[in-house]
Amino acid sequence: MRRKKRNSPELPPEGLSRRDFLKGASMAVSTGLLAAPQAGAAAPEPSPGVLGPGAVPITLQINGKAHSLKVEPRVTLLDALRNQLDLTGAKKVCDRGVCGACTVILDGRPVYACNVLAIEAEGHRLETIEGLATTGEIHPVTAAFVEHDAQQCGFCTPGFVVACKAFLDKHPDPTREDVERGLGGNLCRCGTYAGIREAVLDAAKTLKGGRANG
Amino acid sequence: MDKCKYDWPAAGERSLIGKRIKRIDGPAKASGQAKYTYDINRPGLLFGKIYRSPYAHAKITALDTSEAEKLPGVKTVQVILGVGKETNWVGDEIVALAAESEEIAEDALGKIKVQFEELPYLVLEENLEQAGDHAKSAGGKTAGDPAKAFSDPDVVISEGYYGIQTITHCCLEAHGNVAEWTGEKLLTYSSTQNVPGLPSQIGQSLREQGVNVPDKNIETICNYVGGGFGSKFGPDEWGIHVAQLAKAAGKPVKLMLDRNMEMEAAGARPSSYAQIKVAAKKDGTLVAWDSHSWGTGGPTGTGMPPLPYVLEIPNSSTQHTSISTNTGPARAWRAPDHPQAAVLTMGALEDLAAKLNMDPIEFLSKNADLAAGGRGKVYREEFQIAAELADWQKNWHPRGDKTTSHIKRGMGVSMHTWGGRGHNSMCNVTIHPDGSVEVTIGSQDLGTGTRTVIAIVAAETFGLPVEAITVNIGDSKYPPDNASGGSTTVGGVSASTRRGSVDALSQLFALVAPSLGVPTDQLVAVGGHIQAKGDDSKKLTWKEACAKLQVKSIQAMGKNPDASKCKLGDSGVGGVQIADVSVDTETGLVKINKMVAVQDCGLIIDLKTAESQCLGAMIMGISYALFEQKIMDQITGRMLNNNMEFYKLAGIGDIGELVVHMMTGPGYDERGTIGLGEPPVISPGAAISNAVANAIGVRVPTIPLTPDKVLAALEKGRAERRSALGRAPLAPTEGGVA
Repeated sequence: MRRKKRNSPELPPEGLSRRDFLKGASMAVSTGLLAAPQAGAAAPEPSPGVLGPGAVPITLQINGKAHSLKVEPRVTLLDALRNQLDLTGAKKVCDRGVCGACTVILDGRPVYACNVLAIEAEGHRLETIEGLATTGEIHPVTAAFVEHDAQQCGFCTPGFVVACKAFLDKHPDPTREDVERGLGGNLCRCGTYAGIREAVLDAAKTLKGGRANG
Repeated sequence: MDKCKYDWPAAGERSLIGKRIKRIDGPAKASGQAKYTYDINRPGLLFGKIYRSPYAHAKITALDTSEAEKLPGVKTVQVILGVGKETNWVGDEIVALAAESEEIAEDALGKIKVQFEELPYLVLEENLEQAGDHAKSAGGKTAGDPAKAFSDPDVVISEGYYGIQTITHCCLEAHGNVAEWTGEKLLTYSSTQNVPGLPSQIGQSLREQGVNVPDKNIETICNYVGGGFGSKFGPDEWGIHVAQLAKAAGKPVKLMLDRNMEMEAAGARPSSYAQIKVAAKKDGTLVAWDSHSWGTGGPTGTGMPPLPYVLEIPNSSTQHTSISTNTGPARAWRAPDHPQAAVLTMGALEDLAAKLNMDPIEFLSKNADLAAGGRGKVYREEFQIAAELADWQKNWHPRGDKTTSHIKRGMGVSMHTWGGRGHNSMCNVTIHPDGSVEVTIGSQDLGTGTRTVIAIVAAETFGLPVEAITVNIGDSKYPPDNASGGSTTVGGVSASTRRGSVDALSQLFALVAPSLGVPTDQLVAVGGHIQAKGDDSKKLTWKEACAKLQVKSIQAMGKNPDASKCKLGDSGVGGVQIADVSVDTETGLVKINKMVAVQDCGLIIDLKTAESQCLGAMIMGISYALFEQKIMDQITGRMLNNNMEFYKLAGIGDIGELVVHMMTGPGYDERGTIGLGEPPVISPGAAISNAVANAIGVRVPTIPLTPDKVLAALEKGRAERRSALGRAPLAPTEGGVA
C-alpha cells in the first residue's frame, strides 16, 4: 500500500445519526422525491431525525465563525464550502477521497471535504486553509511552502498545507519517513514533493521554536 | 561582439538574475487566496454539465432531452451531437445543460434519453496485428545504407521490442470555463495555457454556430491555472458550449469537467511501440539503426517520434504506422513525442551497450558527437557531472545485479534535447510618478514561474527589489503574448520585459539627467537609485527620480522578437539523467533510490524555479515510468481507471532522493534565455527503464514498469536461460523462485 488513506470521519452530528440519515435517504428514494428536488423551494416538513430531500438549514463552525446556510442533504462539505460560502481554498479534484486537495480539519483531524456531507459537519469544529492566516500573518507552514518552492501550479497546495498543519499538530518532530507516510494521502501533479518534504521538516522546526518560546 | 543596449547584464552586474528567488505568487497560492477558474463564483451563477457518450463508437438514433428540460432548476439544454451523428470515444460530448446547482445539473443528465446503435471500435493498439484497417502507414525515412551497415560482420547488433503507454494529463484543475455575457460582450474565465489565443478561437467557433460575436467583444481571464502540461491550448467543445449556455440562460455558467471526463476526454499522451535493431562497431561506434514504430493518439492516430533520438546514427531506416483508436483525442504533453523517442531509443542503446559489455555512459559519451548542433561536448560534460553526482563509478555494475539478495539494484541513464526558443511577446512597462512599476503581458503562469521571471527581469533592469514590481498577466486584453507551450514562455516574456524595461528606463534617464548634471548614457539604475556610473555622489532615489514625472507616467512597449540585433535568447538544450533503483524480484516492485538530472537552458533567470521545473519533471517522470497508464478495455470500449484512485500518480513516498544540477556560467549564460518546461521530463522513463534492466538483467520491454510486467520479464529471462542451457521450461508452479 503506497498511500495511507484517511477515512471519512464517523460523525454523529447532534440530533442525527448516520443511520437516521441513511434511513431518510432510502425513504426518499422509495418515494421518488430524491430524483426530483424542488430547487429553491422550502424543504418538506421532515420526519423526526430525517433530513431532506430538499434543502435544510444548517450551521457550520468554520475557522471560529458560525455560517448558516441551506443545503440538500446530499451536498458535500466541499461543495458547500466552495459553492455557497465562497471558501474556495479547498479544491475539487478527484471528488472521491483520494487526492487530498480538499483537505480540511474537522475537530483536529484532517478529512477529505469531498467525503463528508455538509450536514454531517454540523456541530463540529472546522478549520480550512482560509483560517490559517486569520491574523493577517502568513502561517509558518504556508511560509515554509513558499520558501522551499513546494508548489508549482498550486492547485494541490492548500490541501497539502492543511494536511501538513494537521500532521505537525500531531507529530511535532517528524522524520522524513514520517512525512512521507503522514502526507501520503495528498497528491500533486506538477511534482512538488521534494519541496514539500523540505517544507514540512522546516515548518516543524519553526513551529517547535514558536512553542518553546511561547 | 558589440554591446547592445538590451543585452543581459554581465555576470558581475546581476543582483537578481540567476539567484534563487521565491516565486512572487507563492503566498497567494499556498494560502488558498489565489482564484483559479474553478474558484470563480459569480452572482446568479449556474452550473453546466455535459452528457457524454458511454460508447467508444456509436451512432445516435434517438435523443430526448424533454424530461431534463422540465426538471425544476434546469435553465437550458443544448444538443451538441444530434440524431444521426456519431460519437467516436467514450466521453464524446452529446448534450450540454445548465442548472441552478451542480446537483440539479447532475440529476438532469440522468433524465436525458439517448439511443445508440453501436458501431465497431478499437481502443487497444499495442498489438499491431489486431489493428486491422485502423493501422495506416505513416511514412519513414532512410539515411545512408542501413542494409550494408548491418551486414558488416564486424558489427554487434541488438534487437528488441520497446514501448511507452498512453497516459492522461490529469491536470488537478479540470478543464473548464466560466462564461458571462454582459450585453454583446463575452467574458470567459478559462483554465487555459493560452490566454491570448482563446478569444479568437472562441469567437470563430461561436460564429460558426450562428452566434454573431466579434473577437473584440470576447475577453479571457486566467490568473491561475491548475496544471496544463500541454492539454489546455484550445477552448474545446465544452468551452464553446458554456458560452452558448450562458447566452441562452442569460446568466453566468460554470462548466468544469467531472474527473472521469477529464481523464477520458481531456488528456492523452500518445503511446509508442517499436521493434528496433541497432548496430555498433566492437569499439562502441554506432553505425546503424532500423525501427518500425507504431502508436495511437486517439481518432487521428499519431506521427512518428523523432527516431533515433538525439543521436543521428549515420545509416538509419525508420518506418511508422499510425493507429486510429476510439479513445479520447491526443493532446500535446510536455515535450511532445520526446519521452516516447527517449524510451524507445535509449532502451535500445542500453541493450546494445550491455551486449558490447560497455558502460552505457562511456558508450553514449563516445557517440555524443552524433548529436545535432555540435552539442556532443556539452553532453559529455553533463554525463561526467551526472556520473559524479550519482556515484556512478562506485554503484554501477554490468547488467544484472549478481548479489544474492532478492532486492536487485541497478542504474540507468538517458539523454535528451529540446528547442525552447522564446515565443512572440509584447509587454507594457509603466513607471508611475510615485515610483511604482507595472509590467503587463497577456501571458499566463502555469506554475512554471512566469510571473516571477517577469518581475525579476524588470527589477534587475531598474535596480529595484522584486517586490517593487507589479506583474499583470492572465488577461487577453493585455498586450499579446503567446500560448505557453514548447518551453517558449520564459524566453518570450523575459526578452519583451527586458526590452520594455530598458526603454522605459531610458525615458526616465532622459528626464533626470539634467538635474543630476550627468549625460543619460552615463546613468545607471542600481540599488534603488539612479546615479552616475561609478560616482554615487550624483544620485537620486528611485522615488525622487520618478517624482520628476509629476503627473504623467512613462510607458514603453517591449517586444520579442524586435528589430534590434540584440541576442537575448537561443534555442537548443540538452540534458542527461541517471536513475538508481531497487527492484524486488519477489514482488516486482520498483523503488527509486535516487535520480540525478543535469540540464542546460542558457541564462537562468530564477535558479529556484528552474530547479523546481527539473525536480517536478523527474517526479512526473517517475510517475509515468512506474505507475501511470490509461488502461483501456476492448470489451467495453472504456477506460477502466478514469479516476484518481486507480489511475496512479506517484506519491510523496515514491520519489527517493532527487538531485538537480543546472549548467550555468560561461558557455551557457551568453546564450540568453531558453525554455525549460519540457526537457527534463523527457529522460526519466528511459533512465528508470534502463536502471531496472541493469538491476534484474532483463529488459522489461514497455513502461510503466508495473510489478506484473517486471515479474513477467524475470520469468521470460529465466525461461530463456534454461532454454539456452538445453533444459525444459519450468512448470508454472516452480516458476516463483529465482
